[in-house]
Amino acid sequence: MSLVELHAIHKSFGALQVLKGIDLKIDEGQVIALIGKSGSGKSTLLRTINGLETIDDGTIMVAGKKVGDHDTDLLQLRLNVGMVFQQFNLFPHYTALENVMLSPQVVKKQSKGEARKIAEEMLAKVGLSDKMMHYPDQLSGGQQQRVAIARALAMKPRVLLCDEVTSALDPELVNEVLAVVRQLAEEGMTLVMVTHEMRFAREVCDSLVFMHQGRIHESGNPEHVFASPKTPELASFVGGLAG
Amino acid sequence: MPEFTLWDIVHNLLLAARWTVLLSILAFVLGSIVGLALLLVRTAGNRWAVRFVRGYVELFQGTPLLMQLFIVFFGLPLLGLDVSPWIAATFGLTLFTSAFLTEIWRGCVESVAKGQWEASTALGMNFTQQMLYVILPQALRIAVPPTVGFSVQVVKGTAVTSIIGFVELTKAGTMITNATYAPFTVYGCVAVLYFLICYPLSLYARHLEGKFRHVTR
Repeated sequence: MSLVELHAIHKSFGALQVLKGIDLKIDEGQVIALIGKSGSGKSTLLRTINGLETIDDGTIMVAGKKVGDHDTDLLQLRLNVGMVFQQFNLFPHYTALENVMLSPQVVKKQSKGEARKIAEEMLAKVGLSDKMMHYPDQLSGGQQQRVAIARALAMKPRVLLCDEVTSALDPELVNEVLAVVRQLAEEGMTLVMVTHEMRFAREVCDSLVFMHQGRIHESGNPEHVFASPKTPELASFVGGLAG
Repeated sequence: MPEFTLWDIVHNLLLAARWTVLLSILAFVLGSIVGLALLLVRTAGNRWAVRFVRGYVELFQGTPLLMQLFIVFFGLPLLGLDVSPWIAATFGLTLFTSAFLTEIWRGCVESVAKGQWEASTALGMNFTQQMLYVILPQALRIAVPPTVGFSVQVVKGTAVTSIIGFVELTKAGTMITNATYAPFTVYGCVAVLYFLICYPLSLYARHLEGKFRHVTR
């Protein structure tokens, strides 16, 4: 049984059909990269996995349980599925430590001491033990994104979704964030990431999913997919990157 | 004919000014409570609730305060409710204040970045938790200067209640004028008293604006 199973997911924004029947299985410990041109539906697909976008048709199963549209179902889903955003979205009025502690306290009703212990652990994991008392505007983009990762991890999700987590960063800050993601992958965290970092995807991911016009066009082992694309669309996408 | 000294005039106006201040505070506090409730109803996003609040705001922004007070003062007795000028003035000004504050605050809530909602949703928070810990603390910082600024409008709005017979600063001014036949002196004093109430509020609003402009947290 896969950890997350998407079946026949359809989604439209008005008249625009963004997802036209997506089937995707995510196994425990798997690292999946969603690639494709902008507008191919990869970010929307990612956002349906934790219910940030509602779906028009299809089913989402997490750990064998179907996710309905009831609030308790959605909460359960989000406890299982964490997310990191392109724009970090840290809470500007809280310190790094408070950002990480907030949700465990408020949503999981952990005691302050408990939440603090986990938060310190997670901030250490992303290498920011010395920045705990800093506010987001006192941190670099790369540091903010690492706090955002720690914040998501503190909820102990079973899957972490990463939506172009390095796209808003200055080039010199990209690697510190990728290093953290790589470390998570090595520790066996289940990851689904939308990314433009092809070399990183190739090195770290078990599976590459190429999306084109709202469908999964091609998927498989990254080496294979990159070396011998089966469809002209992927060939041109990969070629376009190389050229 | 008795002679009135300036002190007689000012002394009596000061007594009446207490009611202006009290009515302003009441209208502001009650209006804030109603305005906050309307804001929450509207932000929670039920379509009918949104329409209702929008209509409510349009109604009070689109009619003169004087008409609103007339309708409260003359309308409630038609429903069999006997209202004193005190109650009519408080009720009318509360409605007026709530409509403006809820609209000011809506703008503040909407100016909080959408990513803040998304991040807190993704962390499993429900609407109440998001509002309480993420959205309102940020909206509040933005809201303080315009809210304090609007309190000046409430103070000046209380002058209109003199028409329905509520004895506050303006009404007292009219009454004293009728006894002294010195309208310029009396209304001059009235204006000075309003200014003394409103100006510190304006200054405070400006001070807060400068203070919050540089602070993002």
